[in-house]
Amino acid sequence: MEAMSVTFARTVDDACAALAEHPGALLLAGGTDLMVGVNRGQVRFADVVVLDRVDELRGWRREGDEIVLGAGLTYAEMGRGELPALVPALAQASRTVGSPQIRNAGTLGGNVATSSPAGDTLPVLAALDATIDLRSAQGARRLAIGEFVTGVKQNALEPGELIEAVRVPVLDGPQEFLKVGTRNAMVISVVSLALVVDRSGRNVRVGLGSVSPVPLRPADAEAHIAGCIDWDTGSAPDAAAVHRFAALVAGAARPIDDHRGTAAYRSHAVGVLARRALLRAFPGGAS
Amino acid sequence: MSADPYVLRVNGNDHQVPDAHLGESLLWVLRERLGLPGSKNACEEGECGSCSVQIDGELVCSCLVLAAAAVGREVTTIEGLAPDGELADVQRAFVEAGAVQCGFCTPGLLMAVDTLLDELSDDGSVPDDLTVREAISGNLCRCTGYGRILEAVSIAADIRRGESRGDLA
Ligand SMILES: Cc1cc2nc3c(=O)[nH]c(=O)nc-3n(C[C@H](O)[C@H](O)[C@H](O)COP(=O)(O)OP(=O)(O)OC[C@H]3O[C@@H](n4cnc5c(N)ncnc54)[C@H](O)[C@@H]3O)c2cc1C
Ligand code: FES
Ligand code: FES
Repeated sequence: MEAMSVTFARTVDDACAALAEHPGALLLAGGTDLMVGVNRGQVRFADVVVLDRVDELRGWRREGDEIVLGAGLTYAEMGRGELPALVPALAQASRTVGSPQIRNAGTLGGNVATSSPAGDTLPVLAALDATIDLRSAQGARRLAIGEFVTGVKQNALEPGELIEAVRVPVLDGPQEFLKVGTRNAMVISVVSLALVVDRSGRNVRVGLGSVSPVPLRPADAEAHIAGCIDWDTGSAPDAAAVHRFAALVAGAARPIDDHRGTAAYRSHAVGVLARRALLRAFPGGAS
Repeated sequence: MSADPYVLRVNGNDHQVPDAHLGESLLWVLRERLGLPGSKNACEEGECGSCSVQIDGELVCSCLVLAAAAVGREVTTIEGLAPDGELADVQRAFVEAGAVQCGFCTPGLLMAVDTLLDELSDDGSVPDDLTVREAISGNLCRCTGYGRILEAVSIAADIRRGESRGDLA
């Protein structure tokens, strides 16, 4: 029988080299998705590359108008320090994940790599037009989040490749993340929505979670509401505009029935979240 | 497939883990290989918190930690809270408040509350209700209804701040 190997990578290069050396090795970050499968006997592996000691993956930095978030940042880390001011929707989403135990372990890279429709960072990354930096022993490439997530728990990661970082813009304007679940802690999203306002680009961008195989951008709703906002005064859109925005968001959703909710409920709920997020971003608007 | 033996540092002591199998969680290794059954196993999927331990001071579910990947970390389990056999402040508070019924959730809750009080003691603040509820939101208790647990947390916070409450004298 072949012995297993556990590689504690110290650098991204180490990790890529270990992946190249052990084809089929599993990357382990916080373990909050992977270990559930391991405990159930659904995931078997011989080799593991452990990422939590790769300092390059653990931090974040600002590059001009972009924030480069290391794939190994935990939810707890994304919720403290300066990040909540720079990328508010991501910090809000992080705060809704699981429990303190899960937020201390679970990482951004793990959420993106799992590519679940219910992954709470994904609607935020979609709304922000995030890009994903990938690395392998062969080199580096960068994909838009929409190119990266290709289906339910499917993505463009190639064998031997890992997520190094996620790039998001620093925008001028309010951001909201809202999620519906059965309680406040420990809930997988029934639906979720991120809304970010970009005052200099004069647009409102929306990402929807748990209402389609991949995170959705409701383009018609975005175009509609951008045209209803007086960008010079920043005043709130009127009631009819808000109503139409919510209806367009609900109409863009492509949900399914499952044990967490029906498709009809999800479409309804995502419209409610759209209205709520918009009114929080533009307080004083008619509801 | 067995792994090379590895060493885990638990409650300040190094433990050899021979004959381990790939894929064993830290919870399993603690309970079945190291003779530390204080951490409980109820769900093995991060939902219940009964397996909570501290790794390098941070609260995590030991069922979601690959044991072989915890090498070089400092693991603290419920057995490490009161190493000399005398009850720790959080344990005294749970007894005092009657916050233990069947007791299955208790080790995990104690680790969660201990972590909260450690974090707060840095700035010496009193935890408000919301902070406490959030800190224990990853720990399920099916017996108490949480009222006495919340009471226990406030007693424990007082003890840790070094205050003696008149009603406990
Ligand atoms: C009780 C519980 C509650 C949860 N609640 C939520 C929730 O509210 N919202 C939510 O979105 N999720 C939730 N999750 C799911 C999970 O916590 C997140 O998806 C988390 O972000 C996974 O990250 P991780 O670091 O733990 O990943 P791991 O489990 O370590 O890895 C997950 C997958 O990603 C791969 N991977 C990890 N890092 C990289 C990388 N850098 N490059 C390439 N591949 C990589 C791994 O190989 C594996 O396939 C919950 C899980 C549990 C157990
Ligand atoms: S056994 Fe680990 S959280 Fe339930
Ligand atoms: S005392 Fe029984 S589960 Fe909490």
